[in-house]
Amino acid sequence: MNMIIALSFSTLKENFYNDFIVDNRWKWLVDGLGVTLKVTLMASFLGIIIGLLVALVKVSQFHGRKIPVLSQIADAYVLVIRGTPAVVQLLIIYYVIFASVAIDKVLVAALAFGLNSGAYVAEIFRAGIQSVDRGQMEAGRSLGLSYGLTMRKIILPQAVKNTLPALFNELITLLKETAVAGYIAVADLTRAGDLIRARTFDPLLPLLAVALIYLVIVLLLTRLMNLLERRLARSDHR
Amino acid sequence: MIIVENLNKKFGELEVLRDISETIYNGEKIVIIGPSGSGKSTFLRCLNLLETPTSGTITIDSVDITDPKTDINKVRSQMGMVFQNFNLFPHLTVLQNITLAPIQLKLMNESEARDKARYLLERVGLMDKIDEYPGRLSGGQKQRIAIARALAMSPKTMLFDEPTSSLDPEMIGEVLEVMLELASDGMTMVIVTHEMGFARKISNRILFMDEGMIVEQGSPDQLFDNPQKERTRAFLSKVLTR
Ligand SMILES: Nc1ncnc2c1ncn2[C@@H]1O[C@H](COP(=O)(O)OP(=O)(O)O)[C@@H](O)[C@H]1O
Ligand SMILES: [Mg+2]
Repeated sequence: MNMIIALSFSTLKENFYNDFIVDNRWKWLVDGLGVTLKVTLMASFLGIIIGLLVALVKVSQFHGRKIPVLSQIADAYVLVIRGTPAVVQLLIIYYVIFASVAIDKVLVAALAFGLNSGAYVAEIFRAGIQSVDRGQMEAGRSLGLSYGLTMRKIILPQAVKNTLPALFNELITLLKETAVAGYIAVADLTRAGDLIRARTFDPLLPLLAVALIYLVIVLLLTRLMNLLERRLARSDHR
Repeated sequence: MIIVENLNKKFGELEVLRDISETIYNGEKIVIIGPSGSGKSTFLRCLNLLETPTSGTITIDSVDITDPKTDINKVRSQMGMVFQNFNLFPHLTVLQNITLAPIQLKLMNESEARDKARYLLERVGLMDKIDEYPGRLSGGQKQRIAIARALAMSPKTMLFDEPTSSLDPEMIGEVLEVMLELASDGMTMVIVTHEMGFARKISNRILFMDEGMIVEQGSPDQLFDNPQKERTRAFLSKVLTR
């Protein structure tokens, strides 16, 4: 019994050495993490911009100010994105839309995940805007402010504050979602772990390390969100 | 002068305003009374197009505001509105609430707007709240700020939709006082209220609305002491004995 434990412990040690130390393979993970963070950041930035625009179109529809073509595009966009898997969207964008274009795969991934996230962010913003009391819009308009000005100065500042926690959740989801970037051979964190596994034939340690790194980042982000929420609660003037 | 001609408003099948024609002269203090659901708010909200009339015209100083070509924002900026629920902007300070519209609409620069806000806050007796957020104010204080915010645009007309209905009784007086002072300055005012004593005091004309129509109107003395229509009498007997 003792022998078996001792044996497996020494295999573990050897595997650890092969997985992370030989060839400086730990650096693959570090580089992969860098790619994951880069894709996530770019995608979330894009997602927030798309999401805000789509939400504004949808809300103006709700306010009885239908913008003909844009409304339909926005509706179709949200429907398609939310109705299909992110991986499939990624594959289509890479292999179909950018098939004949030489472009950095990291950028393609950022674009795909940004487009994907935008649909979810749009729903978050839409709900946030509609959660603002309708009397606020009326008060702004009654003072002679235009719809757009009222939106910018009165509605959005309140809406964005209401949506920050949900946006943060979306960021966390997005971070994990980018793990499928390997489908188009982007060397992200997950892909890096998988490459080590393929090289050393040890699935346990590399994949465990990858999972651990995601977990730590998610925990950090959650911590940050809680901090932010407390700050927001304190600046709530109600 | 506001001329309303054959104003109709429907919400779907529901006829809320039926063929209202009425003229409001400059400097008038009109009080609208009537049972809940009779269309008082809708009528008021049609005057600044917060509701779009189904048919009919509203002409303000010879501008037809129901004409799609009219700059409705400009019309609204000359017509202040005070709501039952105050609708102050909770993310802005009292000062910012008052100066936002004049600054954004480039009617004043920042320091002019601030001076005007100070003057108005002095008038409504809330100078000491200038840097507070609305959430820290009582209902009566909120409504006085809302009045100051509307006045900052130097409107020609002020619309009040039940300005004291969501206030605790002890705070009603302070708001009515501000309105009486405004009236004595010559402001044109259209007020929906259930405060009958106040209505008698402030108004030169009372409109009684029921089921989307102006059933009867007259001076406060005429309307309160000598109502002609059965429906007016029935309504008054209910509200005056309370
Ligand atoms: N936005 C709306 N949609 C549908 N019905 C409405 C709307 N606003 C008001 N109504 C209806 O119109 C009628 C008159 O309402 P309102 O003008 O608020 O009456 P009042 O202010 O005299 O109590 C009511 O039956 C009310 O339910
Ligand atoms: Mg009403």
